[in-house]
Amino acid sequence: MVLELQKPRPIWQIMFSTHHTDVGLLYLITSLSFLFMGGALALAIRAELFFPGSQIIADSMTFNRIFTVHGTTLIFLFIIPFASAVGNYFVPIMVRYKDMAYPKLNAIAFWMIPPSGALIWLGFADFTWYATPPYSIISAPGPAADMWIFGLKILGVSSVLGAINFVVTILKCKHPDMSIGQVPLLAWSFLTSSLIIIVAIPTFAAALLMLLTDRLGVSGFFNPAMGGDPIAYAHLFWFTFHPEVYVLVIPAIGMMYEIIPRFSRKPIFSHSSGIFAFVLLSVVSFSSWAHHMYATGMSFTEKTVFMIGTLAAVPASAMHVFNFIATMWNGRIKFSTPMMWAVGGIALFFSAGAGGVVNAAMPLDFQTHDSYWVVGHFHLFVMGTIAFGSIGYLYYMFPYVTGRMYNENMGKVHFVMSFIGTVLVFFTQHVLGLYGMPRRVFDYPPIPEWITMNQIASVGAMIIGTSMVIFLINMIHSSAKGKLADTDDPFNLGGKYYYPFESKNPHHH
Amino acid sequence: MGHHSNWPEWVYVGVVIALMCWVGAEAWNAERLVEHVPADAEVIKVTGQQWFWTFEHEDGTKEIGELHVKVGKAYKFEIMSKDVNHSFNIHDYVVLMDAVPGRVNTVWFAPMEAGEHDIQCREYCGLIHYNMRGKLIIEDDSS
Repeated sequence: MVLELQKPRPIWQIMFSTHHTDVGLLYLITSLSFLFMGGALALAIRAELFFPGSQIIADSMTFNRIFTVHGTTLIFLFIIPFASAVGNYFVPIMVRYKDMAYPKLNAIAFWMIPPSGALIWLGFADFTWYATPPYSIISAPGPAADMWIFGLKILGVSSVLGAINFVVTILKCKHPDMSIGQVPLLAWSFLTSSLIIIVAIPTFAAALLMLLTDRLGVSGFFNPAMGGDPIAYAHLFWFTFHPEVYVLVIPAIGMMYEIIPRFSRKPIFSHSSGIFAFVLLSVVSFSSWAHHMYATGMSFTEKTVFMIGTLAAVPASAMHVFNFIATMWNGRIKFSTPMMWAVGGIALFFSAGAGGVVNAAMPLDFQTHDSYWVVGHFHLFVMGTIAFGSIGYLYYMFPYVTGRMYNENMGKVHFVMSFIGTVLVFFTQHVLGLYGMPRRVFDYPPIPEWITMNQIASVGAMIIGTSMVIFLINMIHSSAKGKLADTDDPFNLGGKYYYPFESKNPHHH
Repeated sequence: MGHHSNWPEWVYVGVVIALMCWVGAEAWNAERLVEHVPADAEVIKVTGQQWFWTFEHEDGTKEIGELHVKVGKAYKFEIMSKDVNHSFNIHDYVVLMDAVPGRVNTVWFAPMEAGEHDIQCREYCGLIHYNMRGKLIIEDDSS
């Protein structure tokens, strides 16, 4: 397919290229760098919480900055750019076009990410990824807070530009012989998630500007001392960021839709129900934002409305799980590394969803709200589902990008350790939340159950950390020295089940 | 693609929808009961500020960091904040409500037996958020 890394080129040829696979490569390398940076911060957090009292982090301000940058980095600088990497590589190929619709816009969207990453990392703000006012207005120290706001502002523009590009590429540039219903599910996932971005992001862009002028003291939108209301920010923020959860998860599900049928050596059970579930998810993603705000003093009626909106997302998610299992049913499954990650991701997606139903049910939410339960819950999504799908897909696309095979045994060890670690950290955090431990705390009282569960979680995190080192070695070593891949069928699945992208696309070889 | 029967998926989706309706109905009913504040509940004004809790009883008594209540009585908390958002939480009694500056939020509870329970802040509020803790002391009058 592409094989950039096989023909040596000077680095600026890739950097100044607007070709979709070059931009995809830039997205890929950037996002993986931020994965390791954000992951290192996670290990620092878990090491600090191993015992009550201060361990490796001197003071709570440093700790608060670390978890803020950890979350911001992994959501905005790993998950989203990683999805863009995959979309850049595969969407034009799948819709049989030569490039993205607007190649220059594509490169511009990418080049907004490094400066915003620099703003976030050099500032190192402390007000959590949610930047909640009035804390973020009256209490959070500058210039870190302002740098974070500018960084997020640039990232928002980058997301919208990227989303417009995907929508136009898929709807307007697809091959005329291909109906919209025949577009592969991975491309459909980018279509629906891009539409969500276009609708959702402008709201947060406005909220960020208001936050900035509030910090400058020239307005008081969210500052009660000037007649504003912090709850207004919560609504604007979650109107963007609840749908954003689906922006993150939908491409990962799309990636699983590529992996599962290939390695089950069966066609997908129902292409049309996959499309239907994507469209449904993108619509209902807008009906549930205020379930993040049950405890802000909402009325019973408001809570009921948003509970119904939240529960409405469950059948659509469940349809994807059904589709995956029905595809694997009676298949000749080959558990290569990508398939292991995808199947593990589905299992954790199901667990995360089940926990989500508990959060959505109003009275139960008051047990779990702002506790470690919530931390465990959304990490099962972002790590267990989205990162698992993404990493699986990275192994899957590795031979196409590099022309070489990764080391299969190291890939499997990476999966097994990560899966065990993820279960240890995030299942334990659910229970820890039920025991009442609040999130975002630098220190905790020496309650025996809290100590034990924090230690289990920290051990799990170290297991994940170790597996990520194995992953890094595997990626670097195999891309230079791995054995040459048979790009017609690198996983030895038998050509019939393999999707020969290039043979169907006149622009690629 | 499309040539096989898809009825198992629709049966399954029907089951999931039925399950969600049941969860929603149970939650709606439970929350309705939980939110019904008894008429004789005594009001306690709770104020959060960086980084401690103050309490004011109906008779004007004020307490800082500690809250004394009596077994068998119902209490209604009126929760406010002086600076940034906090969240008033007595985990053992599932009391959880945000303290938002400019608003008064209410939540109620009725202690069942004497004892001590932790009060904590569950919404990030800055430097000492981790130690914005207090004690709930439930006293038994009859003994």
